[in-house]
Amino acid sequence: MSTSLVEPAVELRDASVRLGGRTVWSDVSLRIEPGEFVGLLGENGSGKSTMLKVLLGALELQRGSATVLGRPPGAANREIGYLPQRPGFGAGLPLRGRDLVRLGLDGDRWGLPLGLGAGAAARRAAARDRVAGAIDLVGAGAYADRPIGECSGGEQQRLLIAQALVREPRLLLLDEPLDSLDLPNQASVSALVDRICREAGVAVLLVAHDVNPLLAYLDRVAYLAAGRAVAGPVEQVITSEKLSDLYGVPVEVLRASDGRLAVIGQPESPSHHHDRHDHDETHAHAG
Amino acid sequence: MPAEGANPTLTWNLAHDISQVLEYHFMINALLAGSAVAVLAGLIGWMMLVRREAFAGHTLALMAFPGASAAALAGVAAAWGYLTFCVAGALAIARLPGGARGSWREEAAGVGVVQALALALGFLFVSLYGGVLGDLEGLLFGNLLGVSDGQVLELVVVGLAVTAVLAAIARPLLLSSVDPEGAAARGLPVGALSSGFLLLLGLAVAATSQVTGPLLVFSLLVMPAASAQAITSRPAPALAASVAIGLVVVWLGLAVSYFSVYPPGFWITVVAFAVYLLSRLVAGASAGRRRRGVATGTSGLRAPAASRAA
Repeated sequence: MSTSLVEPAVELRDASVRLGGRTVWSDVSLRIEPGEFVGLLGENGSGKSTMLKVLLGALELQRGSATVLGRPPGAANREIGYLPQRPGFGAGLPLRGRDLVRLGLDGDRWGLPLGLGAGAAARRAAARDRVAGAIDLVGAGAYADRPIGECSGGEQQRLLIAQALVREPRLLLLDEPLDSLDLPNQASVSALVDRICREAGVAVLLVAHDVNPLLAYLDRVAYLAAGRAVAGPVEQVITSEKLSDLYGVPVEVLRASDGRLAVIGQPESPSHHHDRHDHDETHAHAG
Repeated sequence: MPAEGANPTLTWNLAHDISQVLEYHFMINALLAGSAVAVLAGLIGWMMLVRREAFAGHTLALMAFPGASAAALAGVAAAWGYLTFCVAGALAIARLPGGARGSWREEAAGVGVVQALALALGFLFVSLYGGVLGDLEGLLFGNLLGVSDGQVLELVVVGLAVTAVLAAIARPLLLSSVDPEGAAARGLPVGALSSGFLLLLGLAVAATSQVTGPLLVFSLLVMPAASAQAITSRPAPALAASVAIGLVVVWLGLAVSYFSVYPPGFWITVVAFAVYLLSRLVAGASAGRRRRGVATGTSGLRAPAASRAA
């Protein structure tokens, strides 16, 4: 365990991934230190979720190497809190937020916790306390006992973060947790993730397509585009020069007076680059 | 349907009424079989609704039709027909594109295809059989009042086995129902759990629909569980409530039918529907209370903001 202080939470070296015959990204190197808050940015389809799947061991690298918490991807999943990108829970789901968080704690256990005696009762009490602690940590106490489908998008997202946190993971992988939230909720969930990262010392890799709600908090960003990536501090990565180089077309980064960034001129979809061949064929047939 | 001779009549003496109901062996067997079905359907029905697989459950229940007619055609016991078709139906639904974690609409279309095909096969078997297929009414509505001791035993054994497996996989099944990707990341066999649940559902339906008929087993799968879900969102109390409602519904329905000229399947479904309506009313009232509570809470929070603005 003494090595855990120096071993990175995530390390990708010259990594490439192919999916369905197409190279999603290649030669990507990324290192996340313990307790670091890193944003993974890029357009839709640039392979951000793919990177989370690689780190979870659900996808093999075609080239290069990856370690997660010092082990091969997939081997340390019990120490990872993973929040997949998902639609909100519908009103019909007959579960409370508290039950959802509880599933994060022991939902992968077979059998029922039916033991008798003082030991079993103490274990049940300890499990209840951990669930309550995670709910307190995200500030969801007021609505944790309501049916999850009746909670707002921001409330559901906080409860899902509590679910990912309840086992006290060393690494959080959050896939678009700000998606489909309004601006005030984007700001407060960003601040919440930052607080968890600092207070609990958890490394966080957060996938987003807009960096602005996260600007005040991120230690570094990794920007995926056109099958490649650049990583570094926000002010060094999200620049006209770096992104133009990455996309391969002139891209301009504007900074508003309040510090917000706007990226102008990037190709609509990075997959466009890979699909160009198909498009040309279509045009040829049409013409 | 009371025995021949004097029709039983309802009196104001409850103990006397109950002793009248329990006077006949067929009524005791009906109560035992009905109770086993209520417990089994109450538990598996709750999970079925959480997984939004009511349509799959309905389709598996209807497998009784091709199952029974194929068994008649082949000249084997009806139980084999039910079992074969329910298991085949469960496997077919489990292999549909989309599956439990794909698009719900796509899955519904696939389940509809399986159901239509199964009913068509049932018609084919009936016409190949040529003769009149015994008791078509019994095939659809079952015959709770004609349950043999052997059938009671069979139901109890299947009920215990399915409940035990369900308890063993309960938490991983629930996690992979609400969060399939997270469950897969934690090493759970999400696909196998999904197929396994459909198989359990198929087994439960195959065992019970011989006794209750496919229509009654479906109302016992859906209505007590839906009532319980309307009353509470806590899983353990909801499962207990689902079973309790199922038991009360079966007992009341059987008792009323004993004193009435209408069959038990009708009364059980009517009582279940009444309980469902009642539970929706209770749920509506408590949701209204919650909303009002939230509204006052919000205005309480807003007060300082307003004063700050002032």
